[in-house]
Amino acid sequence: MVQMAAPLLRLRGISKRFGAVQALTRVDLDIRAGEVVALVGDNGAGKSTLVKVIAGVGAADEGVIEWQGRAVHIKKPHQAQDLGIATVYQDLALCDNLDVVANVFLGREISKVGVLDEVEMERRTRTLLGTLSIRLPSLRAPVASLSGGQRQTVAIARSLLGDPSVVLLDEPTASLAVKQTIEVLDIIERLRERGLGVLLISHNMGDIKAVADQVTVLRLGRNNGVFDVRTTSQEQIISSITGTTEHAVSQRKSEAEEDELWQ
Amino acid sequence: MAVRGTSKNRRAPTGADGEKSTARRPRPADLAQGCRTFLEDVRNRLSAGELGAVPVVLGLVVIWIIFQALNGAFLSPRNLSNLSLDIVGTGLIAVGIVFVLLIAELDLSVGSVSGLAAAVFAVLSVRNGMPEWLALLIAVLTGAAIGAVHGFFVARVGVPSFVVTLAGLLAWNGLMLYVLGASGTVNLDDQGLVATLTSYYFSHAAAAYGLAAVGSIVFFLASYQEARRRKTAGVPSRPLREIAVRTALLAVIAFAAAAVLNQFQGLPLALLIFLLIIVCLDFALRRTPYGRQVFSLGGGIEAARRAGINVVWVRISVFMVSGTMAAIGGLFLASRITSASQTSGSGNLLLNAIAAAVIGGTSLYGGRGRTWSALLGILVIQSIASGMALLGIQAAVQFMITGGVLLAAVVLDSLTRRSQRARGRA
Ligand SMILES: Nc1ncnc2c1ncn2[C@@H]1O[C@H](COP(=O)(O)OP(=O)(O)O)[C@@H](O)[C@H]1O
Ligand SMILES: [Mg+2]
Repeated sequence: MVQMAAPLLRLRGISKRFGAVQALTRVDLDIRAGEVVALVGDNGAGKSTLVKVIAGVGAADEGVIEWQGRAVHIKKPHQAQDLGIATVYQDLALCDNLDVVANVFLGREISKVGVLDEVEMERRTRTLLGTLSIRLPSLRAPVASLSGGQRQTVAIARSLLGDPSVVLLDEPTASLAVKQTIEVLDIIERLRERGLGVLLISHNMGDIKAVADQVTVLRLGRNNGVFDVRTTSQEQIISSITGTTEHAVSQRKSEAEEDELWQ
Repeated sequence: MAVRGTSKNRRAPTGADGEKSTARRPRPADLAQGCRTFLEDVRNRLSAGELGAVPVVLGLVVIWIIFQALNGAFLSPRNLSNLSLDIVGTGLIAVGIVFVLLIAELDLSVGSVSGLAAAVFAVLSVRNGMPEWLALLIAVLTGAAIGAVHGFFVARVGVPSFVVTLAGLLAWNGLMLYVLGASGTVNLDDQGLVATLTSYYFSHAAAAYGLAAVGSIVFFLASYQEARRRKTAGVPSRPLREIAVRTALLAVIAFAAAAVLNQFQGLPLALLIFLLIIVCLDFALRRTPYGRQVFSLGGGIEAARRAGINVVWVRISVFMVSGTMAAIGGLFLASRITSASQTSGSGNLLLNAIAAAVIGGTSLYGGRGRTWSALLGILVIQSIASGMALLGIQAAVQFMITGGVLLAAVVLDSLTRRSQRARGRA
């Protein structure tokens, strides 16, 4: 059911609670190089919480994170960044008043003797956007004046600055129009071609079918199945999300259905 | 000066190759073209909702024309020279307010802090016989320390800045009264260092013209250098002719100001210091990593935090800048009247300082503004005050007009923000 390359990032038994809310319970997840893993689940299933655990924004209470086979502690955002994990948050985390270049380099500015090297930062931003075939009206306008899709591409470009090997995208297409969604999906495909591991959170089955290799389902903070996109029907994934069938049952059933299908 | 472009406002499509060759010397036709690109840039910015200094400059021109029409003495060298001194104290305080507004906070204590700094200086130097430079240093450090205290409560404890600094307004005013003691008023040595700050003029005409020349040349060279670096790096750059137009505009304003000042007593030391502080802090805000962090806090504190910026420290430091500028401004205000008294830092000072920053174009919503807005805003406020005084109109009317101007500025600020958001969501 799953390719056997060793995962870049492996989560085992991740649990996290917020006061009375048990947001995550013993969640497992693998992300491999050159593979897009879709993480799906109903609202409140714990997807964003899981992303924040990996990104070092909100550490887990329990569980192990392995990076390239080695157990690591990620307690701060920069620790995740240093490992090579980049994150695009659901709430974009861009500074509206800053321009594209400033946002891409925020927190990682290039400076010479204490003075910002705007020219170099702008040059590198253009190069970066160029490799992703992203076109923006202006690199020097505040991002507040960009469209939702353009802002999303800026956020993705920003996450790629440190040459990460894993990118986490939390609902990158949720608020986008069709054309903008396609642009973002194109970028995700380019990331996979470049050999990055991508975790894509999405509610849109069409998007998932289009770019994902694997689907991991979270339900009420627990794993509820891992599926291969090419061999699983949309209905199976949806029933796993909504919980109309139990996890083990759904997998057995899906395998049975596949058998029927291919016979 | 303040209309000069920022690097933010260049708009060329990403895909386009920089600008065409600009290595030629500007010819008259080029200059006309330069004016056009400059105006185009201004128009683009307006339609993008980035009004910058345009409205306040227009407002200032209108105010000056009206008062000059009503009283011919308004634009006289004497009146303008005095105006250039009157703006310094409050203007310096407003510079600190610009910093605080940039991170979307407020500092209501600056009036009290300025009064306290003046009192500390006066008591230490006059009553205790401390050398003036040392007393001045301690007074300024007092402002910085107070800012650190405010910043601590805002950034670490999480109390809204409005409340912390409101408490500061009362507490530091109380401390000032305590420091001054029973007698209340301390007269400064009118030959001393602090008194000199606002009484000294560089009376030789070369000083004011020299400053205008140096300012224009440095501006030109810096812009030219940057344009060349950009071209070499293959990113869009400002055409030479546009740089020429901008420099010319700056030079005209600077030399006109110098000519006016020289017709009275020359270049006031206080004005020179005010301009130097504005230029240095403008550079710090727009060209250093620290300044970028300050702006980022105003644009989204969560985004700044996730970018790994030490949000707590930046917020504390901004309140320290505000406290420091309040103290420095307070010393200039004391210098103007060569005394520190129980009324130091009271009255309209706080409101004028905040109004100046906002009228000058710094946004109340954070993340948008420049130190130059302190200069422009306080020029508007003091021009109204000075014009009203010349016309013999009572203060009541002056307050109402200044209030109206402030309201207009805030409305403009809100509309700008709205239109920017609307564009973004389109
Ligand atoms: N900071 C927080 N404090 C308290 N509860 C939270 C917090 N973040 C998330 N939760 C809760 O954890 C659960 C999972 O939320 P989330 O990860 O945002 O879900 P999803 O992204 O899958 O929609 C929800 O019940 C939510 O209310
Ligand atoms: Mg979510």
